[in-house]
Amino acid sequence: MKLLNKKNILCALAIFSIYAIAGLLINIGFIDSYIFLNIVLIGINIILAVSLNLITGFTGQFSLGHAAFMSIGAYASGIITAKLGQPFLIGIIGAALFSAMAGIIIGIPTLRLKGDYLAIATLGFGEIVKIIGLNNDYIGGAIGLNDIPQYTTWSCLYALVVITVLLISNFIKSYHGRACISIREDEIASEAMGVNTTYYKVLVFTMGAFFAGIAGALYANYFYFIKPDSFGFMKSIDILVIVVFGGMGSITGSIIGAILLSVISLFLQSIPELRMVVYSLILFFIMIYRPQGLMGKSDFKFFKKRGVLSGHTESK
Amino acid sequence: MDQFIQQMVNGISLGSIYALIALGYTMVYGIINLINFAHGDIYMVGAYVGFALTTFLHFSFFPALFISMLVCSILGIIIEKVAYKPIRNSTRIAALITAISVSLFLEYGMMYFVKAETRTFPALLPNKQINLFHTNIVLDIRNLYIIFVTISLMAILQYIIYKTKVGKSMRAVSLDRDAAQLMGIDINKTISYTFAMGSALAGAAGVLVGTYYNSINPLMGVAPGLKAFVAAVIGGIGIIPGAVFGGFFLGITETLVSAFGGSLYKDAVSFTILIFVLLVKPNGLLGKNIKEKV
Repeated sequence: MKLLNKKNILCALAIFSIYAIAGLLINIGFIDSYIFLNIVLIGINIILAVSLNLITGFTGQFSLGHAAFMSIGAYASGIITAKLGQPFLIGIIGAALFSAMAGIIIGIPTLRLKGDYLAIATLGFGEIVKIIGLNNDYIGGAIGLNDIPQYTTWSCLYALVVITVLLISNFIKSYHGRACISIREDEIASEAMGVNTTYYKVLVFTMGAFFAGIAGALYANYFYFIKPDSFGFMKSIDILVIVVFGGMGSITGSIIGAILLSVISLFLQSIPELRMVVYSLILFFIMIYRPQGLMGKSDFKFFKKRGVLSGHTESK
Repeated sequence: MDQFIQQMVNGISLGSIYALIALGYTMVYGIINLINFAHGDIYMVGAYVGFALTTFLHFSFFPALFISMLVCSILGIIIEKVAYKPIRNSTRIAALITAISVSLFLEYGMMYFVKAETRTFPALLPNKQINLFHTNIVLDIRNLYIIFVTISLMAILQYIIYKTKVGKSMRAVSLDRDAAQLMGIDINKTISYTFAMGSALAGAAGVLVGTYYNSINPLMGVAPGLKAFVAAVIGGIGIIPGAVFGGFFLGITETLVSAFGGSLYKDAVSFTILIFVLLVKPNGLLGKNIKEKV
């Protein structure tokens, strides 16, 4: 497959034009700081949802602790940039590496578990991370970590979102990605076909944690201030809801889900006391009437090919 | 030593609360394989019903407990019929998110009606201290009430499950739903009974906690809900004695950890125990190892 085919060129053009148009709108002040704040939230949610989709949607491993990886990344980046005074790039890399390490450490023992049990174990892990954060005085304890420099700009947010989406969607289309999908479809059968399931599960978990760490770094360096409570069980659920809402196993779905749910919660802010009630009703009706999510397992394609199943792509 | 025994009593009374909530989790999981995240919020509703009955209608402890259990069991049946029945055959993750949406709905719906502030639960039980055997061990009479109510409810539950027809059909459905249906058991009715019983126990736990700690708020169900769920998993989810064992185990461990200086880390300790139990015996301490067939 050539690198410079019609599809790739169109994709690159679309990516650059969105970047340029939004950058221009920010520069002339059409997008004010309030809208930009929501754009930052959408970008962070896209990274989180796509990385959780890799774990839950494509590999079928049920994780309820994704916010914990985000919090590890946020604190790593906060400490590196605020306390050690390093540039943002080092903060992002540090955040991603620390989260990935946590992913390996928690992944190797817990990924032996299946289904609900894995979900419970990751939930427990998330709570443990939160409690350690609450009781550690170096990182501010329950008060939180203050005075983190605001480095997150439109360019770096957009670049990281695009890199995350491209890397993960290309990973899914590779040999390794197909191995992961086979684990989702039938773990025993794929093991019998020679797929090293433990290796792929830990790999995917680590990759998911890596990108969640990047999202955490973006979050910490935009909002100046982080506290352990913001990365609790409910945050993990929020990410999972985006993934399921968009469609498990669909990258486009995760992106659309992140945008739509952020817009919905933006509109619901006008009725603060009923916000969560309406949100829960929306969730409920989606689950009853469209449990496979908006996009199902399918991904948006510029050029549809006949007879190509989702997840299987032209590898020649 | 005195302090140890006293903390044990506190632990047992906290553990009985966990055990009561955990029983509902485990019964529902056993019968429809659903982690009912809304269960902690049914406990919260139970506490509020008890609060309303005792504050505005001046009921005494036992009638309030009974009516609150009744209201909660009706709420449980409604939740099951409205929310969980349509998704009974969909994927695990859809069921889980539905449960979470029901939980959010109960929490914030309640918050809309009763406002977010913490309410003071009236002191229903005599706040008397008694010295045990003329030693320094001081027992709070409310602890004894909690333990007494819990043990009688568990005895009733045990009787229902092992001696009545409803209990027999519940055990049959949790063993094999299709075979039970072929034998003429009404699956829908049995599931409703299960939800009713589990929710009634949670409602009882809500009233007990309200009288013991004297304060309730709409989000009070989140933390004990998670804890009770951990208790159910430690004992072996789906197994009724496992939930009781896990509840007492977790309650005693937490109380002892806080008594000996680690109160900030008591939640972390219980979640660490959870992860260790899952790694060593994923089916719980009292669970049987089921061989996987291909």
